Amino acid sequence: MPNDFGRSRYRLLDFHNRRRLWQLGGIGLAIVCVIGLFAWAAGWLSPGRLTQERMIAAFTKANGLHSGFRYNHAKGVCVAGYFESNGKGAALSKAVVFRLGRTPVFGRFALAGGDPYMADVSGAVRSMALDFELTDGEVWRTGMNDIPVFVVRTPKGFYEQLLATRPDPRTGKPDPARIRAFLAGHPETVRAKQVIAAHPFSSGFANSIFNSLNAFRFIAPDGTVRAVRWSMVPEDAFEPDTPAAAQKQDRNYLFDTLIDRIHDGPVRWHLVVTVAGQGDTIDDATIPWPASRPHIDMGTLVLTSVSGEGHGRCRDINFDPLILPAGIAPSDDPILSARSAAYSRSFTLREAEKKKPSAVRVATSGKGE
Amino acid sequence: MVGTSRFPALSRLLHWLMAAMVLVMLFIGIAMVSSLGDYHRLIAIHKPLGIAIFVLVAIRFINRLLNRPPPLPADMPGWQRFAAHGSHVVLYVLLFVLPLVGWGMLSAGGYPIQLYGALHLPPILPHNATLYTVLRTTHTVLAFLLFATFLLHFGAALMHALIFRDGVFQSMASVRVGRRR
Repeated sequence: MPNDFGRSRYRLLDFHNRRRLWQLGGIGLAIVCVIGLFAWAAGWLSPGRLTQERMIAAFTKANGLHSGFRYNHAKGVCVAGYFESNGKGAALSKAVVFRLGRTPVFGRFALAGGDPYMADVSGAVRSMALDFELTDGEVWRTGMNDIPVFVVRTPKGFYEQLLATRPDPRTGKPDPARIRAFLAGHPETVRAKQVIAAHPFSSGFANSIFNSLNAFRFIAPDGTVRAVRWSMVPEDAFEPDTPAAAQKQDRNYLFDTLIDRIHDGPVRWHLVVTVAGQGDTIDDATIPWPASRPHIDMGTLVLTSVSGEGHGRCRDINFDPLILPAGIAPSDDPILSARSAAYSRSFTLREAEKKKPSAVRVATSGKGE
Repeated sequence: MVGTSRFPALSRLLHWLMAAMVLVMLFIGIAMVSSLGDYHRLIAIHKPLGIAIFVLVAIRFINRLLNRPPPLPADMPGWQRFAAHGSHVVLYVLLFVLPLVGWGMLSAGGYPIQLYGALHLPPILPHNATLYTVLRTTHTVLAFLLFATFLLHFGAALMHALIFRDGVFQSMASVRVGRRR
């Protein structure tokens, strides 16, 4: 193409050429539009949206900032052992972990709440998080609680509850009026709390039932999809949670009892899977399923060692409940994705923070991990 | 203008395929790091798409060595040539390094690198909190740099198409087979 006018076609700013200025302006506008779309996708144009950042900020508001610790379930201890599958789950899910055989496991017991130095008290929600290292290199992670149903239905409900129950700076205790207002707007939480109150707490971690709460989907080898929830049901017999006077003196009595129990010998749970029936609510963890639903005992979790967070494998791990092997898929429960997102943000933040020692100390037992 | 004036058809196909993938990737990336409800859906696309871009950029680089791009117009000023070459080097490096940093960051964070179903990749770095933190930040910084470079590339393409009208835009945007105009 010849160069007309003897002037370079590459000359950008030519104030006598109005058409060129309009064209440059148009190109600038196109770029601004792309940046605008990007900002919209980032959520920068919707300050009212509930984001990962705001969720984490609510945790900090409720619990203060504790450098290096999880923003929730902050106080915990590492455990390790294995899962012995009895093969009964293989018909329900094609996940390798359910074939007959043994899968190495490590995990973490913790108390719900963002204060890593909280005293062990009866009534505190206990959790069990597990990482299954499948033989084909896949990983299954699950975080379970010792309550039968979850207290909120949506991420927004969780956020509001967190803010409603945060301690009032004047009294150091939650403001009852704020809690009343929250409950008034969340009848599902009131119902869930009644279900939880009907289930007595056990005396320790080792005889607690831990529940997945949220539903998942099992994909069978033939492609059949079933909605399920799972529980870890202890072999140790139930005893009511009535701490002795000496235990009440020990701020770590739940953890110390667990550590002693594991040092005494392996602790066992059965992985019991409940299959949803017609009409059961899949996407709402506040609603229990009828007790008549089929329960399948798929194998035994055997925990053989315990170690402090500084030495165990469980601290620098994100027990994201959506790290699932082929054969297990998420349900449409909105809490699941929000847990995955918030755990991820919490993990990234705490890995960058200076680590401090856990309140839970484990004396060397010689058994190691 | 004589000789080749268009990119080879394979190069054009790879370019536009990757353009779509990279744009989707950038928007998914920025959306998922703030999202709660859509986080899982988005990250489930982000990881395999990132690895797909990593594989494609390697193929594209080899293709570029085998099928050279058409030369830039002879009358293009030096600073614009430099900007064109420089931004392409930056684009190639980022498209290669970003997925690699993502892969390394998941490895250092103790995450499994899941692609689809049981398909997964091995870790390429040891599980280490400091390493994770550095790579996680690097991933974000490089992603913003990629978005900025894309904007530059997009703006320059429009200038070639609307203002310079020098055939550079057409050399990539043409849908015809063959290299000659």
